[in-house]
Amino acid sequence: MSNINLLIDVVLLTMLVLTTIAIVRLDSLFAIVMLTGVFSLLAANIFVVLDAVDVAFTEAAVGAGISTVLMLATIGITGYEQKRRRKISWIAPLTVVMITGAVLVYGTLDMPAFTDPTAPIHQHVAPRFINESPTEVGIPNMVTSVLASYRGYDTMGEVIVVFAALIGVLSLLGIRRNTEEYEYSEPPARPVLQVMSKFLIPFIILFALYVQFHGDFGPGGGFQAGVIFAVAIILYALTFSQQDAMDLVPPKLLKILASLGVLIYGGTGVVSMLKGGNFLDYNVLAHDPIHGQHYGILVIEFGVGLTVACVMMLIFFAFISRGDKNP
Amino acid sequence: MFAVTCLAILVVMGIALARAFIGPTIYDRILAVNMFGTKTVLFIAVYGFLTERPEFMDIALIYALINFVGVIVVLKFVERYPPNSAHSDE
Amino acid sequence: MNFIIDALSWGCLLLGSFLGISGAIGIFSFKEFYSRVQAASVTDTLCVFFIMLGLILQSGFNLVSVKLIIAVGLLWLTGPLATHALVRSAYLTGLKPKLSITRKESAKRGKS
Repeated sequence: MSNINLLIDVVLLTMLVLTTIAIVRLDSLFAIVMLTGVFSLLAANIFVVLDAVDVAFTEAAVGAGISTVLMLATIGITGYEQKRRRKISWIAPLTVVMITGAVLVYGTLDMPAFTDPTAPIHQHVAPRFINESPTEVGIPNMVTSVLASYRGYDTMGEVIVVFAALIGVLSLLGIRRNTEEYEYSEPPARPVLQVMSKFLIPFIILFALYVQFHGDFGPGGGFQAGVIFAVAIILYALTFSQQDAMDLVPPKLLKILASLGVLIYGGTGVVSMLKGGNFLDYNVLAHDPIHGQHYGILVIEFGVGLTVACVMMLIFFAFISRGDKNP
Repeated sequence: MFAVTCLAILVVMGIALARAFIGPTIYDRILAVNMFGTKTVLFIAVYGFLTERPEFMDIALIYALINFVGVIVVLKFVERYPPNSAHSDE
Repeated sequence: MNFIIDALSWGCLLLGSFLGISGAIGIFSFKEFYSRVQAASVTDTLCVFFIMLGLILQSGFNLVSVKLIIAVGLLWLTGPLATHALVRSAYLTGLKPKLSITRKESAKRGKS
């Protein structure tokens, strides 16, 4: 049984190395962007083999989905060819890399083995989480209980980082409105794609809601659900026109909703302070600590999902509205 | 029996990857990446049965959707900003 | 009864793997884009069906089977659609299939 796991690990990691070599050596930026998507898919496979299901979920949704879309939008703005660099001799970089690599390998010789249960990292808080989580928090998925309850500050920091990225993109790029004469040139009719997209988009949105609220029991949660929701709207924007998508979800509304998500998260912390506990202490939110934890996790996951969905959609609109031709 | 299927799917993924590296036109690469994505869905489903944890099916469903949307995105961008020589290596 | 189900699911999984590998060989060794599309898309769809059928036979009547059926349905819906979009894109931006005789030749033969 472990032989098969070892073999699968070796094959996947070899494919990862080969993909990286190809990314470095290829010239065409389109191919490089798609190989980056393949890289993310391979990394997600490796996470599945390592039994880290939530991470694989997020890596697939974000790395192979949204990142590819945004990088393609970028090279649509900047151009496809890589600039010719002047050739430099390869001896100096190679020496630096070899020395750094050797030092790193030497540094890891002292570390404990990979899955050693007596390693120091497993002795600090991990036993507390694993032993106490069913009684203190009471939801089956331990990853969500650690993410949302025990490490609630970190998750709040992550949501605020996503929001800060949105502020950065909006202040640097902005979403251009077509203020000059509105040339409504018909995009080429693609009946098959449009009909099937109209059929698929409601299911994708429903699946996003399922992932959002199923995060307590299986892999899922706010981040993944937000990304899937944004992917549905991106599909709509691509098969119909960008103007249709911006009429459906106006950017003004999205900006308000993104801020609302962060406000919900911080607001939960403030409410628990007002009720007498610490910041982001869910025990005081209801009549019973377990119910309080459940309500708290539900509310903040909703805030996270809302913010992530709106941020991804706004960044996509910002990138794609810089294009010159009509979509 | 699941182990044999896992290895076969990995072989297929490797060959599709080789086509993604070589493929002279951009469309060959898109085709190879699409096939890679479908085989990833299958790999996760079979691996879930191999390790007796069928909760992986949610991830497989997500991959199927993301793979499809990714291919549509790439095609839309290739149409919108066609590279100078779309028929051979750019 | 168990033995029959096991044998059937073994057979389905093997057939699915064989189809997948033949699709991979096709995508690697055909010399022309449109032939490769044919190989990849046809074998992909059938491979998905047989492997998932083998897994459904193994797992019986529970929620996992329903998710597997949804996955098959989704792949059947989006696979040919992606292929259609790909070939349409390729043709509309000018990638023409390589015929065994040139177009002028075939036009001449068609006329005469």
